[in-house]
Amino acid sequence: MRLPVNLDIALTHIVTRKKQTLVTALGITIGVSIYLFMNSLSSGFSDFSRDNIFQNNAHIEIYKEDEMSQPLFDSGSGVVLISNPQITTSSKKLSNPEKLLHDIKAEPYITNAISLVEFSAVYRRGDTQIQGRGIGVDMLDYADMFQTDELMVAGSIQDLRDNLNGIIIGSGIAEKLSLTVGQNITVSSTEGIYKVLRIVGIFSTGSTQMDETRSYVNTTTAQQYLKEGPSYVTTIYANTVDPDNSLQYIEELAGIIPYAVEDWTVINKDIITQDETRQLMMTAISLAILIMAGFGIYNILSTTISQKIDDIAILKATGFNGRDVINIFLSEALFFGLIGTALGILVGICLIGIMKSIYIGQPVGNFPISVEADLVLLSTLLGLVLTLCAGYFPARRAADVDPVEIFRR
Amino acid sequence: MNDIVLQTQNLNKFFHEPVEFHVLKDINVSVHKGEFVSMIGKSGSGKSTLLYCLSTMDNDYSGEVHILNENVTGRKDKAMAAIRNKNIGFVFQFHYLLPEFTCLKNVMLPALKLGKHTYEEIEDRAYKKLEILGLKDQALKQSIKLSGGQQQRVSIARALINEPEIILCDEPTGNLDTKNTDMVFDVFRQLVDETNKTILVVTHDTDFAAASDRTIEMADGRIVSGNSGLYMEARA
Ligand SMILES: Nc1ncnc2c1ncn2[C@@H]1O[C@H](COP(=O)(O)OP(=O)(O)OP(=O)(O)O)[C@@H](O)[C@H]1O
Ligand SMILES: [Mg+2]
Repeated sequence: MRLPVNLDIALTHIVTRKKQTLVTALGITIGVSIYLFMNSLSSGFSDFSRDNIFQNNAHIEIYKEDEMSQPLFDSGSGVVLISNPQITTSSKKLSNPEKLLHDIKAEPYITNAISLVEFSAVYRRGDTQIQGRGIGVDMLDYADMFQTDELMVAGSIQDLRDNLNGIIIGSGIAEKLSLTVGQNITVSSTEGIYKVLRIVGIFSTGSTQMDETRSYVNTTTAQQYLKEGPSYVTTIYANTVDPDNSLQYIEELAGIIPYAVEDWTVINKDIITQDETRQLMMTAISLAILIMAGFGIYNILSTTISQKIDDIAILKATGFNGRDVINIFLSEALFFGLIGTALGILVGICLIGIMKSIYIGQPVGNFPISVEADLVLLSTLLGLVLTLCAGYFPARRAADVDPVEIFRR
Repeated sequence: MNDIVLQTQNLNKFFHEPVEFHVLKDINVSVHKGEFVSMIGKSGSGKSTLLYCLSTMDNDYSGEVHILNENVTGRKDKAMAAIRNKNIGFVFQFHYLLPEFTCLKNVMLPALKLGKHTYEEIEDRAYKKLEILGLKDQALKQSIKLSGGQQQRVSIARALINEPEIILCDEPTGNLDTKNTDMVFDVFRQLVDETNKTILVVTHDTDFAAASDRTIEMADGRIVSGNSGLYMEARA
């Protein structure tokens, strides 16, 4: 099978100018590889920080909001009472938690929901004490939602089961109080309850803030700390099918639930904003580099066409039309694009591989970067589109060459 | 055989830059099938300009150009290119070969564009054309490695590859020695006599012109002698 004549001409141009072909392709290679690498890096970071978020946060949290007293109170008899606004909520209790949990679980977009009892805790050993937050929860359900079992550095979550005197503490607490599994710890609540609990497990999330404050006990234990009965629940955590859609879900939930509904994006606003800023910057920089590469290609192709203007005039004189000329030069651009992009993807993947092998210490481990199919696809597409664009404008000019003007020179 | 294959009607052309210049004035010229016509005239009289109009490469004129009894004036770029490809062979004063290609490939390209024959057939034909012009042994050489005269002959072979009815030449022997000039003349003569092709050659070579069937003379953008009307009278 013989090549079509336009492709034949394009290929001859390419093989007779190997050096130029290489330089052009290399420009694309650099642009594409940097684009792929930087975006993979950015995406890796995002995934990492997101994983981190979901390690400690449910997609949706439901709790009772603090109510403020009205500063103006009209008694109806013409006398207006003015008072300082203050929190009037006497209890953080969610009423009828079983039904609430059941209703939430019935929503089609909810995959999992658990109820929690939160209390402010003070951990002590001797004279040392640490302020923190205790959470009373069915630990197995909780671990199911947050994979807490993977974070355990000592003991196990199973040991907390039905053990009203057991507690799982963060590694920061354990370190500060020099405690290990099997030892006792004194934990008190603001409600004035003191208990001596036995440490059955220690976890480490990597977040110092978490590890130095958080502990888990059984629901009943937490209720006792709050001096409350068995139906007392402060918070419900729910996971959804798609966390990126959480805003829509909370709107729907707000319609059926009389409590405050918040999603993970509100709770982690800072992290998410940081993340978005970084991603935007990375995208902008990598795109700028890619576009610079595009201008490089445009420049080289423009020069080639200026040098070949006599040839173009002959082709047109012997019966090749404008579209043929565009075909010839676009084929060349496409060829540069294919070679350059393929190499660029290869180099990009190598860079990612090197980065991935770099260890940056706990809790991150190796660099959070990986080859993502959609980014590879996007880079390939951008590389090709860019070369075609960079090739199209010079090719257009070539097609408009007036052979008579050339022959007269 | 008196069919007209090339004709102009009231062809006028102006250049606007750098100053308004009436380069072709009321040109009415007819060339018949099987004629070997030469065109002479002082430098700057408008010979090349007329030839470009006749070749469909220049469309910026008023009046009409007819090729093979078809008015081609105002056709689209693509249609004009197809006409040139199929019906017109053009030979330039300065050879103009594509430097990256072999002589053979240079000759083949217009035929590959036409796409009427297979690659092998075209290759075969190209060899034959080169042979006619005494260049068979140079066929596979890179075109820039040939001498000027050889390159000019390759470009003539290229003009003949699609067996066009009309061959237009702008000073094809301007850079050739007498031996090569005679050879080109013989090839043209043969084409006209044996295959009834039509040839219009712009030349400054008076011997070459004298040996053609008819000589058109241009001066100041007008045809001053050798017009087809006179020719028709002479034949009658
Ligand atoms: N692009 C142009 N713009 C303006 N004037 C032009 C242009 N091309 C040609 N001319 C003028 O038109 C006239 C005719 O030019 P043309 O090339 O047709 O002459 P010619 O008869 O072929 O001359 P020669 O024998 O030297 O080749 C000349 O006076 C030339 O200066
Ligand atoms: Mg001229």
